[in-house]
Amino acid sequence: MSAARRCRPPRALAGLFVWRLRNAGIRQIPYRFVHLYHIANDRLITFQYFNFLKRMYVTQYNKDLSQRAKPNSDSTVSPFHDLQQLDQEKKVVHKISPVSPVHRSWSETSSRNELRDMKSAAETEDSVIPVGARSKEDRQWKEMKLRLDDLPGILARLSKIKLTALVVSTASAGFAMAPVPFELTRFLLASLGTGLASCAANSINQFFEVPFDSNMNRTKNRPLVRGQISPLLAVCFAASCGVPGIALLTLGVNPLTGALGAFNIFLYTCCYTPLKRVSIANTWVGAVVGAIPPIMGWTAATGSLDAGALLLGGILYSWQFPHFNALSWGLREDYSRGGYCMMSVTHPELCRRVALRHCLALIGLSTVAPVLDITTWTFPIISLPINLYISYLGFRFYRDADRSSSRKLFFCSLWHLPMLLLVMFTCKKSVLEKEDKGDLPGRSHKRAMEIRLP
Amino acid sequence: PPAHSHSDWIGPPDKHSNLRPVIFYVPPGESALERRLREARQEAQASNQRFWARHNRAFRQEKEEFIYSRLKAKGLEMRDESGQKATLNAEEMADFYKDFLSKNFKKHLQYNRDWYKHNFRITFLMGQVALVRALRWLRWRKKNVEQ
Repeated sequence: MSAARRCRPPRALAGLFVWRLRNAGIRQIPYRFVHLYHIANDRLITFQYFNFLKRMYVTQYNKDLSQRAKPNSDSTVSPFHDLQQLDQEKKVVHKISPVSPVHRSWSETSSRNELRDMKSAAETEDSVIPVGARSKEDRQWKEMKLRLDDLPGILARLSKIKLTALVVSTASAGFAMAPVPFELTRFLLASLGTGLASCAANSINQFFEVPFDSNMNRTKNRPLVRGQISPLLAVCFAASCGVPGIALLTLGVNPLTGALGAFNIFLYTCCYTPLKRVSIANTWVGAVVGAIPPIMGWTAATGSLDAGALLLGGILYSWQFPHFNALSWGLREDYSRGGYCMMSVTHPELCRRVALRHCLALIGLSTVAPVLDITTWTFPIISLPINLYISYLGFRFYRDADRSSSRKLFFCSLWHLPMLLLVMFTCKKSVLEKEDKGDLPGRSHKRAMEIRLP
Repeated sequence: PPAHSHSDWIGPPDKHSNLRPVIFYVPPGESALERRLREARQEAQASNQRFWARHNRAFRQEKEEFIYSRLKAKGLEMRDESGQKATLNAEEMADFYKDFLSKNFKKHLQYNRDWYKHNFRITFLMGQVALVRALRWLRWRKKNVEQ
């Protein structure tokens, strides 16, 4: 039954995608949606999905370290070691080149963009370009004039489009896990609304953090830092994404989802961003920010906040800690100089303990899932290996507290989450099964009512 | 930047502050509002530059001192036999990072407040200037259409 539900008429979907292609200002979005569609449908594509994730993070990390490898660095020797390690990792990633034409055409488009963007020295995704060429362009004076054909790339980077795509995919996982029949329009509206809200939040975040971003290696190539776009335009873009996004969620889906979306934007821009410079509590707030999208997906589908929504949110909340704490371990110098209050700098012991604690919590949460009737009992069993593995890496990170264990934990968290969500989806308890067993509370209520009324 | 240009120019990151300096274009018919905007941006740029240049210099200096004192405590020299600069590993540096962050906490709080104020004011002024320009353009267009 669920298989039949998944086989949507391809023509209607193609029509939707063409519409989106025309309307999307950003060139890369159609490919993201194809990714999402495939994720909902076909297991094979997640292989490319996490490749794309790995490639994105490896290249970002590579850039980060290659920038540090410039003669300016007088700090530890380890960056040089890691650069070699990363080169090997990079080679591995390139070898597992994905088969689907979708992914290839995406990387082709991005390389075409690169060739054009070279003149405006935009950030490139291809890590093969040597550091020397990029830094030479950085040294030139550039006219602060907005070129319209650069705009899509600039806006993509302003809205952190890749992070947005991840957020949208967690929201769609929440939608998919809800125990109601799948409605395509609702799903697409919810995904689009969430994506727009996420773009708005990310843009405002970058707007607030310009001088800090310019001082940190990881973020110094952002559009506002480089002056490629004016702050006014960034705010207008954020408003023009946020307002329609929230309106779409409130009117097109349901008010609860809209409220959650608005709350999440507020939490991210007005709580998390300023709090980063004031107290380490920002990590917990940030974890809530990450946990809300799947809850939004669930409420979009069912219209109410069930225990299942909170469980999914809980899983994502717990996942944020090993992910972020491991990432922040390698950025301690930049955080310290930039004035960010992060656990990895101020309370390193706490940082590692929290990461480990939440890895273990993931095991616990996976076990609760069948109790709440969201998945069958095969879910905790199948997910146990990956949960144990990330907990093991979390334990190693706790014990060793060094760069290699933190990186291992970080990269593991990148594939662990999509895999976990995928396994959850495949172990989802079908709606029909529940109807047969008379488990659904609504139905049993109705039956009880029928018995009472003569 | 070339003399005939009609726009602002942004340069490479400064060596000390890592901020990119902007050279502002002063149009011949600059209105009072536009001048206020330009001056606000210049002031923010100068204040940011001052803060970060001093802050980063202090960071580098204190880091050197820390490494030196730690190496001396361990009985090593600044440069080893091969002539390479001796460094401490990340775990030892962590103490320094923690210390530096807590020492500069108040400074950062003050700077945050200033930066947010600057940022909002500049963006608000930009909005006003853009609005005035748009209205002017609409009026000019209406005049052209009527002619």
